[in-house]
Amino acid sequence: MAEIKLEAIRKSYGRTEVIHGIDAEISDGEFIVIVGPSGCGKSTLLRMVAGLETITSGDIHIGDRVVNKLEPRERDIAMVFQNYALYPHMSVFDNMAYGLKIANVPKPEIASRVAEAARMLELEPYLDRKPRQLSGGQRQRVAMGRAIVRKPAVFLFDEPLSNLDAKLRVQMRLEIKALQRKLGVTALYVTHDQVEAMTLADRMIVMNAGVAEQVGAPLDVYANPATLFVAGFIGSPPMNVLSHDVRPGRGPLDAGAVIGIRPEHIDLAAPGTGLLDADVAFCEPLGAETLVHCVTAAGDKIVVRIDGEVSLPADGSRVGLAIDPARILAFNAEGKRTAD
Amino acid sequence: MEKRVVFDNRWLPYLLVAPQLLVTFVFFFWPAGQAIYQSAFIPDPFGLKTQFVGFGNFEYLFGNRYYRESFLTTAVFSVLVTISAMSFALWLAVLADRVIKGSSAYRTLLIWPYAVAPAIAGVLWLFMFNPFTGIIAWMLSQMGYVWNHNLDGGQAMALVVAASAWKQISYNFLFFLAGLQAIPKSVIEAAAIDGASFWRRFWTIVFPLLSPTTFFLLVVNIIYAFFDTFGVIHTITQGGPQQSTTILVYKVFADGFVGQDLGSSAAQSVVLLVLVGILTVVQFRFIERRVHY
Repeated sequence: MAEIKLEAIRKSYGRTEVIHGIDAEISDGEFIVIVGPSGCGKSTLLRMVAGLETITSGDIHIGDRVVNKLEPRERDIAMVFQNYALYPHMSVFDNMAYGLKIANVPKPEIASRVAEAARMLELEPYLDRKPRQLSGGQRQRVAMGRAIVRKPAVFLFDEPLSNLDAKLRVQMRLEIKALQRKLGVTALYVTHDQVEAMTLADRMIVMNAGVAEQVGAPLDVYANPATLFVAGFIGSPPMNVLSHDVRPGRGPLDAGAVIGIRPEHIDLAAPGTGLLDADVAFCEPLGAETLVHCVTAAGDKIVVRIDGEVSLPADGSRVGLAIDPARILAFNAEGKRTAD
Repeated sequence: MEKRVVFDNRWLPYLLVAPQLLVTFVFFFWPAGQAIYQSAFIPDPFGLKTQFVGFGNFEYLFGNRYYRESFLTTAVFSVLVTISAMSFALWLAVLADRVIKGSSAYRTLLIWPYAVAPAIAGVLWLFMFNPFTGIIAWMLSQMGYVWNHNLDGGQAMALVVAASAWKQISYNFLFFLAGLQAIPKSVIEAAAIDGASFWRRFWTIVFPLLSPTTFFLLVVNIIYAFFDTFGVIHTITQGGPQQSTTILVYKVFADGFVGQDLGSSAAQSVVLLVLVGILTVVQFRFIERRVHY
């Protein structure tokens, strides 16, 4: 168990800098999710923590050590890979025992630690099987088992759920969370899926183009996105963005500045009674909720999230959009959040 | 779904496979049949008439000390060639797999020896190791080691093994490199995180995952050492000194075309035919069960 501290981490491939200085402090036992679109450098950052990529500049501390120059095996970490990276020629037992054998753990202890992990992950019936005889979810569990038997200070997860189908993904997400809570190990989890990020994280690091745009607890990030990118990336459907201010008594926005409104902060009202009027383009009923896609007179597209049991407005009908002005977030031309 | 082409003309399909059948028959079945046929006869010294002896040639062969020694020589030779060609190739492939800059240049250079004909390879090595004019022989003599593979059977064996293995390394290298690159990188990384050092990873992860390639190459290399090294031996040692490098396939030539004992030579060909048949069966049986992890 350990804290992790990232100080001004940079990574360049040749002359191309892909990570432009990332700082973060992760406390012991915390579950941190690094989330961002593909190519934002999140996996590279994780691989630098793991020791699979060199660090161009900056320092990584794990516990009280600077690990920049240490080999992966000296860092006291375990990693779960996207494709599981199980050893195909070894049984499930041997896959989990491999790291312990290398560490010269006595045989009876290897057996008991693997048995305990297998019990925790419900892998007991499969210990003699080879990875190719297992389903995707079982392989995922073996990869987790391989990580936990070594009792590392830090767990690293590199998009561990993206090869699973949607249903299994939800189930494994819960299991990972429960397991991490139970073991109390510091975890660093990379994903491009903002739902995974929201549900798993104690705190999340939202990355974009090699920069950490925002670090914070999921609900804080959701409620108070620091940048327009974060506002658009976290939340589904994304925040509505308008290029002109609709609040009463406000003048036009500066060039490039925008305002953002979450779909659930808009209510449908009679035309003329809301902050602005719009035409309904179409509705997406999802059961629990309905997404109403509207187009304003200025041509802006706005998505409104309403209760699923409310009757749907007809396509093409005119509606008013009632918005609490306090819920409207403003962003300047650089995409940074401004006071109003 | 099975796709089947139906020909309207009865004879067209036969016509289409005829060239391949003709080649197979003329160059494989006919000579093999001739060898089997001739192995049962002894021609007279002038080649005017032949006498049927049944299995006499075989009886004589296996009673012959030189032939039995040739078996042993072949075994030593092929084991040495296979082991050295494969281990060098694997070593080079592991190194080339780690190279990032200019890897294609390395690969191209390493493949070149395969394009050299066996006889040319033999002559190249012969020049280097010629006891009187060879540069390596001269270097060895400077170090106080007398090199003369025309007199020393062990040195002769070492030289033909080196030349034969050198030629085969390229081929093995290609397969090993492809095999190494087919191993998912994340598996190696997982082992690194699990605490395994480079060599530990190599022996516990990489080498077992390469085993299909290794086994395939093992069979190919043995067949190579048995049959395709004639040119090397013929140019370097002619089987000498004192038959110390006379492998079975060279003895076929030496007894048949130099010694003019066509019956014995044919019988030896038949023995080799059986051997290559066994090796092929082993190879095919293996390819059927290719994946064994």
